Amino acid sequence: MIASQLLVLASLIYVGALFLVAFLVERRAARGGIGWLRSPLVYTLSLSIYCTAWTFYGAVGYAARSGLEFVTIYLGPTLVFIGWWWFLRKLVRIGKTQRVTSIADLISSRYGKSNLLGVMVTVLAVLSSTPYIALQLQSVTLAFQAFVAGPADGAALPGPDTTALWVAAGLALFTILFGTRNLDANEQHQGVVTAIAVEAAVKLVALLAVGVFVVWGVADGPLDILHRVTAAQRGAWELRPDRWVGLTFLAGVAVFTLPRMFQVLVVENVNERQVATASWAFPLYLFAMSLFVVPIAVVGLDVLPAGANPDLFVLTLPLAMNQGGLAMLAFLGGFSSATSMVIVAAIALSTMVSNHMVMPAWLRFGPRQATLAGDVRRVVLLARRISIAAVLAMGYGYYVLTGGSEALASIGLISFVGAAQVLPAMLGGMFWRGATRAGAATGLGLGLAIWLYALFLPSFGPSGLIPAQVLAAGPWGIDWLRPQAMLGVNGMDPLIHALFWSLTVNTLGFCTVSLLTFPGPMERLQAAHFVNAFDKGPGAAGWSRGAAEAEDLLVMSQRILGPGAAQAFFSAQARAQGIEGFLPEPTPEFLERLERLLSGSVGVATAHAMIAQIAGGASVSVEDLMAVANETAQIMEYSSQLEAKSEELARTARQLREANAKLTQLSHQKDGFLSQISHELRTPMTSIRAFSEILMAGGLNPADAERYAGIIHDESIRLTRLLDDLLDLSVLENGRVSLSETEVSLRALIERAIAAAQPGMMAVERDPAAEAVSVLTDADRLCQVFINVISNARKYCNAPKPRLRIAVRALGDEVQVDFADNGRGIAPESQALIFEKFARLGDQSHAGGAGLGLAICREIMANLGGTIAYLPGQGGAAFRVTLPRRMARAA
Amino acid sequence: MDKHVLLVEDEPNIAEAMRFILSRDGWRVSTHGDGTDAAAVIRAAAPDVVVLDVMLPGRSGFEILQELRAGESTRDLPVLMLTAKGQARDREMAERAGASRFLTKPFANTEIVAALRDLVGR
Repeated sequence: MIASQLLVLASLIYVGALFLVAFLVERRAARGGIGWLRSPLVYTLSLSIYCTAWTFYGAVGYAARSGLEFVTIYLGPTLVFIGWWWFLRKLVRIGKTQRVTSIADLISSRYGKSNLLGVMVTVLAVLSSTPYIALQLQSVTLAFQAFVAGPADGAALPGPDTTALWVAAGLALFTILFGTRNLDANEQHQGVVTAIAVEAAVKLVALLAVGVFVVWGVADGPLDILHRVTAAQRGAWELRPDRWVGLTFLAGVAVFTLPRMFQVLVVENVNERQVATASWAFPLYLFAMSLFVVPIAVVGLDVLPAGANPDLFVLTLPLAMNQGGLAMLAFLGGFSSATSMVIVAAIALSTMVSNHMVMPAWLRFGPRQATLAGDVRRVVLLARRISIAAVLAMGYGYYVLTGGSEALASIGLISFVGAAQVLPAMLGGMFWRGATRAGAATGLGLGLAIWLYALFLPSFGPSGLIPAQVLAAGPWGIDWLRPQAMLGVNGMDPLIHALFWSLTVNTLGFCTVSLLTFPGPMERLQAAHFVNAFDKGPGAAGWSRGAAEAEDLLVMSQRILGPGAAQAFFSAQARAQGIEGFLPEPTPEFLERLERLLSGSVGVATAHAMIAQIAGGASVSVEDLMAVANETAQIMEYSSQLEAKSEELARTARQLREANAKLTQLSHQKDGFLSQISHELRTPMTSIRAFSEILMAGGLNPADAERYAGIIHDESIRLTRLLDDLLDLSVLENGRVSLSETEVSLRALIERAIAAAQPGMMAVERDPAAEAVSVLTDADRLCQVFINVISNARKYCNAPKPRLRIAVRALGDEVQVDFADNGRGIAPESQALIFEKFARLGDQSHAGGAGLGLAICREIMANLGGTIAYLPGQGGAAFRVTLPRRMARAA
Repeated sequence: MDKHVLLVEDEPNIAEAMRFILSRDGWRVSTHGDGTDAAAVIRAAAPDVVVLDVMLPGRSGFEILQELRAGESTRDLPVLMLTAKGQARDREMAERAGASRFLTKPFANTEIVAALRDLVGR
C-alpha cells in the first residue's frame, strides 16, 4: 500500500516537473526558440483539456451507470472536428484577425465592441465554470481519499475539504505564476500550453495503461470483455434517443463554447495549419481515451464489491489488484486531467473578468486619465491574479456548498448547457450580418435565465437554493413554471429539458430582436469583418482620424506592454511610416494596429476604450462623421478664403497693371504734349527767323520790308498767346485758379463776348428775353469761354451765309447756353477729341490758334462748376455751356 | 539754272518766306498747302526738287513721301523734309521713308538754299 505521504510527495514531484517544463518553455520562448511549439501536435494535445477528470474518472462511472451513452461526450466533438473544421478555421481566423482574448471578447467585439455583452458572457462563463472547477477539486479529493482510505489503515488524514483547499491553493499558485507572467500581445501562454500537452500525454498513457491491464491482466483479453459486456447489457442499460441526440449536440457545442476550450482552440492557436491537423488528430485522441472505458466499467462492476463508486474504478481497480505503481500512474493521470482543466479555465475566466469587468470599471471609476496616470500593466496583472484566486475560491466554495451532491458527469453537463448559451450569438455573429447587439443581449439574457432557473439552481439539490416544493409544483404553485417541466412539458429528462428550452428561447429572442433592431455603424463594420473573415486581411476598423498624441499613446502602451515591447513597436511603426527616429504619426492605420496589439493584452473593448480616452473621438460614429464633415467644411472654408485672397491678389495685380498702363499712357501723353508744344513754338519761330534774315540781308523795297516786319510782329503775338494759353491751362488744370465771383447778367455777358469775338459777316441770332438771367460766377472766365466758342464758329463755319444762334434756357437749378452755327459741323468720330489739347481738326492754316481753346474752355467750366459739351444733331457745330444756377435769380 | 522747286507747306508765312528766298536765288518756285492731293500735284508738276513739310492737313508728309518712293516717275526725286518737332524719332522716320535730306524748323535761310542746291547738283 502507498502511504498518503508518498502520494503527496509523488504529486508534488509531478507538479514540480510541470513547473519546470512551463518555466523552461517560457524561457525558450523568450529567446525565440519555440519552433516546435508551433507544431500541430502540441496544439492537439492541449485541446485534450476537453477530457477533464470528469472524462478520466467519470466516463467509466457513466458507462457503468448508463451504458454507451458516455460515447456522446466524445461523439459530439468528433463530429465537429471532422465535419465542421471549416467552421473552426473561420473561428480561428476571426480570433487571430480581431486579436480576440476570450469568448466574451469575441462576442463583445462582434457586436460593436459592446462591453455589456462581454460582461454577460463573462458572468455566464464564471457561473457555468464554477461547478466544473468544483468538480475537478472533488475528483482529486475523492481519488486521494480512495487511495489512502482504501484497504489500508485510515491514519491521520486530512479531511476532504482540507485536501480540496490545498489543491485549490496549489492550482491558484501555479496558474498565477504561469498564467500571468506577462501580458502577451496574443494572450498566449507557451509554458502553460506545453505543460498541458505533457499532462495530456500523461493522462492518455495512464488510462491506456489501466485499460491494457484490465483487458489483459484482469480479464482474459478482448473476447472475455465482450462476453462480460453482453452479460451486463441485459441489465439497466437502455438507449434513450432524445438523450443521445441532445448530448451529442451539447458536447459538440461545448467543445468550442466552453471558455477553456475557446482559450486553447482559438486564443492559444498559432496558425491555421494546427486546426487542420487537429481536425483528425483530436478525434483520434478522443477515441484512444474512450477505448478502454467500457472494459474498465464492466470489469469494475464484476470484480469490485457492489456499492463501490464506479467513478473511481480507474483508480480502485489497480488498487484492488495490488498494482501500486499503476494506481499511482492512474492517480497522476486523473490529477493531470483536473489540474490542466482548472489552470486553463482559471486563465480564461480571469482574462474575461479582468478585461470585461475590472478594467472597464477601473477605467471609468479609477483615477482620471487613468491610462496615463497609473501603471496599467500592473493593474491588469493584479486584476488577473485576483480573478484567478477568486475563480478557484468560488470553485472551492461550490464544492463545499454542494458537498459533492451530484455524480461527476451531471455536473459537467450542467456546465455544458451553460456554455452552449453563447452559441446563437456566436453563430449568428459569424454568419448573419443582420445580427444585432440587442438581439445577442436578449438571447443571452433569456438563455442564461432559463439555464439558471431550470438547471443550475436545481443542481444544488432539494435542500439547495430552489426549494423542493417549487421543483415539484412550480413557484407560487404555478404549474407551467416548474423548473424541470416548463409549459407543462412533462417526462423530459431535466438536462435535455433545460437544454431545449434555454436554447430555443435564446435563439428565438436573438433572431426576433435582431430583426427588429438596427445595428449601429460600428456593429455593421464588425459584422462585415466577422461574416467575411476570409475576404480580407486587416481586422477591426474604427480609427477615423489621428487626434491622439503619439507621446500619450506611447506612455499608455508602455504601461500595458512594458517599455521594451512598446518602444520596439512604436519605432517599427515610425520606420514603416518613413520617419525613423521619431514617434509615429497617429494615423488611423497606426491606431488600429496599436489597438489590436493592446487588445491582445486587455481585450478588444478595453483597448478600444483606452485608445478612445487618448484619441478622443473613438470609432466610426455619427459624431465622428459629423466631425469629419466639419473638418471638411473647415477645409472648404479655408480654401474659399484662399480663393478670395488670390482673387484679391489678382485684383491688386490688375490695378497695378492698370496704374502702370495709365502711367505709361501719361508718359506718352507728356511726350506727345511736349512734341506738340515744340511744333507750335517752332512754326512761328520759323517764319520769324526766315523773315528777320531776309530783312537783315537788306535790299528790299519798303513795301515788302514793311509787310515782312508785320508778319514777324503777328507771329510774335501768336507765340505770346500760345504761351499765355499754356500757362492758363496749367493753372486751370491744377485747380490753382482764383475766381472772383460776382453776380452778372447773362445778356450783358453775351454782348461783351460777341463784341470781343468780332463775328464780322456772321449773323448772330439771339433771344434777349430768355437771356435775362442773372448768375453768380466769375464773369471774365465765363466770357472767355463764350468768346472762344463764338470765335470758333466764326473761324470754322463754312456756310455761304454764316449764322450763329445763341439760346439761353433756365432749367431748374441750372442754366443752358447753346451756341449753334449752320456750318457742316464736326464729324461724329472727332466729337470726342475736340476738347483735347492741340486737337485742331482739318485745315489749320487759317485757325490762328494753338489748338488749346476748347481744352481751356473745358477746364474753365469745370472750375466754375459747370460743363461744356458738343451738341450733335443741330444742323451745324453746336456747343452747350451748362452753368449751375447757384444763387442766381431772374433779373 | 532755273531749276523748279515745289514747296508743300501749309503755313502760309513760312511758304512766303521760302518762296522769296529761293526766287532770289534763281529758283522757279511753286507752292502747295494741302496734304491730301500733294502726291498727285507733285507728279503733275514734275519739279526738280520737293520741300515737304511733315505736319500737313489731310495727310502726313511721311505718307506722301512713301507714295512718291513707290511711284515709277518719282522714285528718285530729291525730297527735302521739314519738321517742327525736332525729335530724333522724326529724323529716323524720315530717313526710313526715303527722304533725301532733313531740316528742323526753324532753319537759317542759307541752310535751305545750300541743301536744295546740293540736292539738284547746282
